[in-house]
Amino acid sequence: MIETNFTPLILSLKVAALSTSLVFVIGLLLARIMTQRDFFGKNLLESFFLLPLVLPPTVVGFGLLILFGKYGFFGKLLHEWFGIQIVFTLTGAVIASIVVSFPLMYQSAVAAFTSIDRRLEDAARTLGSSEWRLFWTVSFPLAWPGLLAGFVLSFARGLGEFGATLMLAGYIPGKTDTIPVAIYFAVEAGQMEKAMFWVVIIVSLGMGTTFWLNWWSKRNLRRYAHHK
Amino acid sequence: MLKVSIQKQLPDFLLDVSFSVNQEIVALFGPSGSGKTTILSTIAGLIHPDAGEITLGDQHYFEQGKKPMPVQKRKIGYLFQDYALFPHMTVDRNIRYGMKPGHELALEALLSTVGIDHLLDKYPHQLSGGQKQRVALVRALATEPEILLLDEPLSALDSDTRKQCQDELLRLHRMWNIPFLLVTHDREEAEKLADVILFIENGRIKESHAATSLSR
Repeated sequence: MIETNFTPLILSLKVAALSTSLVFVIGLLLARIMTQRDFFGKNLLESFFLLPLVLPPTVVGFGLLILFGKYGFFGKLLHEWFGIQIVFTLTGAVIASIVVSFPLMYQSAVAAFTSIDRRLEDAARTLGSSEWRLFWTVSFPLAWPGLLAGFVLSFARGLGEFGATLMLAGYIPGKTDTIPVAIYFAVEAGQMEKAMFWVVIIVSLGMGTTFWLNWWSKRNLRRYAHHK
Repeated sequence: MLKVSIQKQLPDFLLDVSFSVNQEIVALFGPSGSGKTTILSTIAGLIHPDAGEITLGDQHYFEQGKKPMPVQKRKIGYLFQDYALFPHMTVDRNIRYGMKPGHELALEALLSTVGIDHLLDKYPHQLSGGQKQRVALVRALATEPEILLLDEPLSALDSDTRKQCQDELLRLHRMWNIPFLLVTHDREEAEKLADVILFIENGRIKESHAATSLSR
């Protein structure tokens, strides 16, 4: 019998949507700052930003567990000040997803901002534009294709996040069982049909996202090629 | 009057120049890499000198030991070498980008003088080199600057268009009556356009002379 409980799908979409929205803003902001300024230790900081890309997700999850656990620095703070618990909650899944997908957004945004001709921003300055206005009228629109690519990739990564999520949010049916986690536990319980069902769903979602991104960027590259 | 007296250490030499510009066209003429564009950039405020002073009228753009005036507050128009038109905006939006509200009348006169009023709905990639140059010129002048800085403004144009644009620059200078400071590595162009030519080599003014009136 095929599983009709769609909670994992809803949870996955919820986690991916929430984390991607936050990652988009944070990645955009940090990428802008890092491409505009030079300071001591910049390389080190940038390596730290990209670390989740090369570490096993379980290591990232372990780190988050240390930080956000009941006795971790942030975990304790959040619990004492706001009564918020991170471990074994959907918020934990969102945090895991943020950390793991952040490097993708950050890298895309850095590449997008670096590819803008500096003289266009200088031209805006000589025309009296404030940094804020030039960001929204020149830098952001020109970086948009790269930023959107980062957004979509982060969303797809957030949707498929497993290791760090399992470490931080665990497997609580109806609460933290996102699709990848549901697949793992279905297989472990020998429920191959259920696992297959979710595999088909997540493959379709992933395929759909990357196919759309590919199609969209090709179309836009053609348009932007004219602009260069 | 623009007064420039600046020093800046560049990778290969020390840029060390002093000159002033009245309501005339002054050409900074010299080989590539001699520091000409750096001079324009310091006047615009895109980069800062290590020492010296830049003043326009009674405004201090740069004074050693004090905070430089931000680019946005300097009353300059800057024509970039490859025009730096915003590729995602129409000609109309490009031109209006730096305009103060309520200054439409001046713009209309400018548009018809330069002859680009039929291009307002086009995007930069749909324009020819000469058209781009005119749009960039109008965009820079639409901010009503007190000085116009031009970085090799005609170098990308073919010789016929170049001649037309040179005449147009002279006409606009007469209309606008503000100092034009022009960077070029083309002696003929410097002589045709400028009232005064400053020959720059390795960051220093080697020679300064008034252009012969015959060539204009």
